Amino acid sequence: MLGKLSWEAIPFNEPLPMISMGVVLAVILVVLAVVTFKGWWSYLWREWLTSVDHKRIGVMYVILGLVMLLRGFSDAIMMRTQQAIAVGAAQGYLPPEHYDQVFTAHGTIMIFFVAMPFVIGLMNFAVPLQIGARDVAFPVLNSISFWLTAAGALLINLSLVIGNFARTGWMGYPPLSELAFSPGVGVDYYLWSLQIAGIGTLLTGVNFVTTILKLRAPGMRLLRMPVFCWTSLAANLLIVAAFPILTATFVMLLLDRYVGMHFFTNNAGGNQMMYVNLFWAWGHPEVYILILPLFGVFSEVIATFSGKSLFSYRSMVWATMGICVLSFMVWLHHFFTMGAGADVNAFFGIMSTIIAVPTGVKVFNWLFTMFRGQIVFSTPMLFSIGFIVTFVIGGLTGVLLAVPPVDFVLHNSVFLVAHFHNVIIGGVVFGSIAGYNYWFPKAFGFTLDERLGKASFWCWLIGFYLAFTPLYILGMLGMTRRLQHIPDPNWQPLLLVAEAGAVVIFCGILCQLAQLYVSIRTRERRRDPSGDPWNGRTLEWSTSSPPPAYNFAALPRVEAIDAFWQLKEKAGGRPAPAEYQSVEMPRNSPIGFITSFFMVVTGFALVWHIWWMVICSLIAVVTMILVHGWSENRHYEIPASEIAQIETARPDPGGRAWQRS
Amino acid sequence: MAAVISSGFSTGVERADGAGPAPVRVVVAYGFWLFILSDIVMFSGLFAAYAVLSDNAAGGPTGRELFDLQKVFIETFCLLLSSYTCGLGALAAEWRKLKHFLIYAALTFSLGAAFLYIEFSEFAGMVSQGAGPTRSAFLSAFFTLVGAHGAHVTIGLLWLIYLVAQIVIKGLRPAVLRRLLCFSLFWHALDIIWIGVFTLVYLMGKQ
Repeated sequence: MLGKLSWEAIPFNEPLPMISMGVVLAVILVVLAVVTFKGWWSYLWREWLTSVDHKRIGVMYVILGLVMLLRGFSDAIMMRTQQAIAVGAAQGYLPPEHYDQVFTAHGTIMIFFVAMPFVIGLMNFAVPLQIGARDVAFPVLNSISFWLTAAGALLINLSLVIGNFARTGWMGYPPLSELAFSPGVGVDYYLWSLQIAGIGTLLTGVNFVTTILKLRAPGMRLLRMPVFCWTSLAANLLIVAAFPILTATFVMLLLDRYVGMHFFTNNAGGNQMMYVNLFWAWGHPEVYILILPLFGVFSEVIATFSGKSLFSYRSMVWATMGICVLSFMVWLHHFFTMGAGADVNAFFGIMSTIIAVPTGVKVFNWLFTMFRGQIVFSTPMLFSIGFIVTFVIGGLTGVLLAVPPVDFVLHNSVFLVAHFHNVIIGGVVFGSIAGYNYWFPKAFGFTLDERLGKASFWCWLIGFYLAFTPLYILGMLGMTRRLQHIPDPNWQPLLLVAEAGAVVIFCGILCQLAQLYVSIRTRERRRDPSGDPWNGRTLEWSTSSPPPAYNFAALPRVEAIDAFWQLKEKAGGRPAPAEYQSVEMPRNSPIGFITSFFMVVTGFALVWHIWWMVICSLIAVVTMILVHGWSENRHYEIPASEIAQIETARPDPGGRAWQRS
Repeated sequence: MAAVISSGFSTGVERADGAGPAPVRVVVAYGFWLFILSDIVMFSGLFAAYAVLSDNAAGGPTGRELFDLQKVFIETFCLLLSSYTCGLGALAAEWRKLKHFLIYAALTFSLGAAFLYIEFSEFAGMVSQGAGPTRSAFLSAFFTLVGAHGAHVTIGLLWLIYLVAQIVIKGLRPAVLRRLLCFSLFWHALDIIWIGVFTLVYLMGKQ
């Protein structure tokens, strides 16, 4: 009846998961209780859960990313603590089978459910505004994408409570991830949650490429797009081209596990090296899916807070698209030690060095943008400068690892761990926080607290160097990654430094939470009536904050790069249209929420082999799709009178408040 | 004719850069076309796996022993012909000729179903000989690649029924015609993939 599921799946005798489960459940119950007692359900359902507004969906993505950051970070600090104390005779507090789950969950969650939602959330929020569009190309699909990502996140968190998670590392390499060596449900949780979230990501890619290429405002030629749109275009092209490879690879592993096929098994002709190749044929483009949009964020932030247009816009575009193509030609550097031979390794080593060139071009563009600019050291700008310094170091250690003989020495050591955290924290995380601080006033109409923002920056920056510089040294000393127990007591001092770094980073996260709390409490005096708090350059700053559902009362006409800046120079602000016209907008739809709910059920039932539940929930999913596929009445009209009312009620209708500075 | 083609199958490539948002029909077709591209990338993963594993028969039967090119030729013929009738059906719908459309849709469905029947009987025959997907890595890759294509054809047939029902009940309205456009893009893409399957799996496997 319930497949492999029984009471034994719940780890009653293990205190750690039980405590964390208790905390999580308590938080969820408190949230639900507050929502119920305050009577917010109908508001929540109408304005958020069923919303197809790209701005709302963007905000929900970022919230998902922030919540999952807490989960991923608690895994991180657990690992750092274990390594700091389990030295010599001491065994620490995490037994191996638990520790292995923690490092697998940490990697999986941080990549798929923190970085991806954050990046996609920023794109969702900013791209349609920057290209002067009213929404994305397929708003309902966008909602489905978000809820599928949330479904994957929910499923992965269920593994904490019911059953266990994979012990394979976040890449899930066979043969370890095959049924013969991982007979439990852990790998199945991993595979199904990533498959479900992966569909969502793929649909996002399709949606945003179409949006950027087909819905730009009149006059916005490709070479007038803000750089963030270019980098988002590149990232979404990579999603369309790379994510299906991951889907196919996981399908094969699932068939091995569920049907007994032999793609990656030890016997009957299976080939494990094929998994590694396919995984990284997706995995390396994925690295750029994460970092490219944030290169865009840094470009916007640095140009805005230097008071100059971006240095050499065209070379930035070419560098972005160059990286987009090259990112498919370097995947083998993740496994030089596999033994593909000197020629193959040499080719991929050279390609990996070449891909650093366009990134170098970008670094110089940012530096020259700041050169002789009037730099405002705001929180987003601090994160951007911190990024440039940190990312260059991470890039250099990457070029070092791209040399095959060096890689043979450092492969699988904590030097590698330090390298990719250097680029992911220094690039993706700093960029996400910069973008969050930068666009927050646009999303909510008030600015974030600068003092706590800067405090969080210094904690993140110092914490990062404290946590990962020791790992570079330890990697050189020969410490391999994923050690549950440290055999050499000489390594302990450096591991304690790394632990201290993790604590400092934790302070940074606390500062961010405090920043959000304080800013909401004091929102009345941090209101920004102009909609343009930073003296911005691109179109999102030309509309009010928060923008109305339709974004722009009249579609902007674009005549140059930095469209809004040019408007301000020429016309002294945003010209109000002579008369308002009615606007057609997409209706809310519950299909994303309901379908994804059933996808969670499907995934859960598949993990536990509860076949009747799989069939029932899939029927529900198909029914939802059929019902939606039949409908036509998907839009509603906002009458011109209502738009006129909203626009004239704006506190600063001409958008001239920026002139006061 | 030229007018029909430009209104029916325009992908918007000819639109000037910076001309403002594209019409709904262009946006829908373009988005769906991108989705099909991603589907083809997924198949490329399965093709790559097949190419790697096709010699790993693990002492079991090989393609040369299992494949019957005559059957596969008929199968291919059915699918390619169904693409042709699908194209004619799309044109009939574009010209608002409901009866013609229904005839072509029925033909497309029958040819697609015949394709599936032949594929299914081939699979059943192999399994009964002890050459099922769990026998060897080669057969795992074979059944997954060809089966994934077959699953797409199955979904296509169900989609066609659903579309015909919409067209019969609602008539040839713009929204329905857009969905038909997506379907025909999908159906032609399955042909392209099958040509790859026919060449890489059957012709090269029989050598």
